[in-house]
Amino acid sequence: MSNGSSLLSAGFAGQKLIEFSSDKDVTFGVDGFLQYEFLGQKVWLTTTHISMLIVMLALVVFALIANRVIKKADPEKAPGPFLNVIEYMVETIDNLTRTNMGEKHGGKFSNYIGTIFAFILLANIAGLFGLRPPTADYGVTFGLALITFVLIHYNGFKYQKMAHITNLFKPVLLTPINIIGELATPLSMSLRLFGNVLSGTVMMGLIYGLIGKFAIIWPAALHGYFDVFSGAIQTYVFAMLTMVFISNNFEEE
Amino acid sequence: MTDRGLILACSAIGAGLAMIAGIGPGVGQGIAAGHGASAVGRNPGAKGTIMSTMLLGQAVAETTGLYGFAVAIILLFANPLIGKL
Repeated sequence: MSNGSSLLSAGFAGQKLIEFSSDKDVTFGVDGFLQYEFLGQKVWLTTTHISMLIVMLALVVFALIANRVIKKADPEKAPGPFLNVIEYMVETIDNLTRTNMGEKHGGKFSNYIGTIFAFILLANIAGLFGLRPPTADYGVTFGLALITFVLIHYNGFKYQKMAHITNLFKPVLLTPINIIGELATPLSMSLRLFGNVLSGTVMMGLIYGLIGKFAIIWPAALHGYFDVFSGAIQTYVFAMLTMVFISNNFEEE
Repeated sequence: MTDRGLILACSAIGAGLAMIAGIGPGVGQGIAAGHGASAVGRNPGAKGTIMSTMLLGQAVAETTGLYGFAVAIILLFANPLIGKL
């Protein structure tokens, strides 16, 4: 079943990056399930892909049900409990974007912020359901951070035109530091999410491996901290930093 | 002692040393939380804003600790030095 174990997705040429196959009690690495050829490379289908597909499936099912409930809603009557929850979620995201990005631009970004919020939150608490959190794979978090990076600079060019480039050379002596600072943004954002989720995963893996069958009920408290609390905080921080970095580029009004 | 054993042992020690980086974020987050608590004491009405600002600052302060953690994890599980034997 699982041939190669590694902490990074065993993407390139089925290369084994980590060797701890000898002790199977402690499992927190990415396991490969299926190997296939893609453009001449040997590629693995890993636990990350599978838990990410499950997360996406859950989100799609939720969205379909929510869509149906919203379409059937009767404006004359008071909303039911499920509709109330959906309204609360939408209003929370709208308020979050409006307060952090300003009344003028906030509404446009609530779609993106809501999407990454839902995805990262569900991916972080996937550990509760026995999956390996997809965000504990650097490929996933770096992808998310790259989307944010592209959005930051797209909006920079849109609102500041060429000043977005010339601002890099503002104090001429500090040019290299400015450029490194821009490039470090997606790196630190992705590493922050990855490190937090991975440390929780490693710790839960060690505890389950250490005590084996004695791990009944009480690790729930640790799950509450590492998966739910830490995951929710990191989701909030990722969404918050995305909003702050994007809204830095809006022109001063 | 084989070369491989020496590299593995030194990598384990290095991973432990890398996690000393955890001291900094601990102190920094504690200072942020302390100032947040005193700010809530002075102005309880602004609790929501203070909380979100504090959490954001703490998350940014945590980054250096996570760099140390990344170094430790790489030394333990994706050791680049083994390949140089």
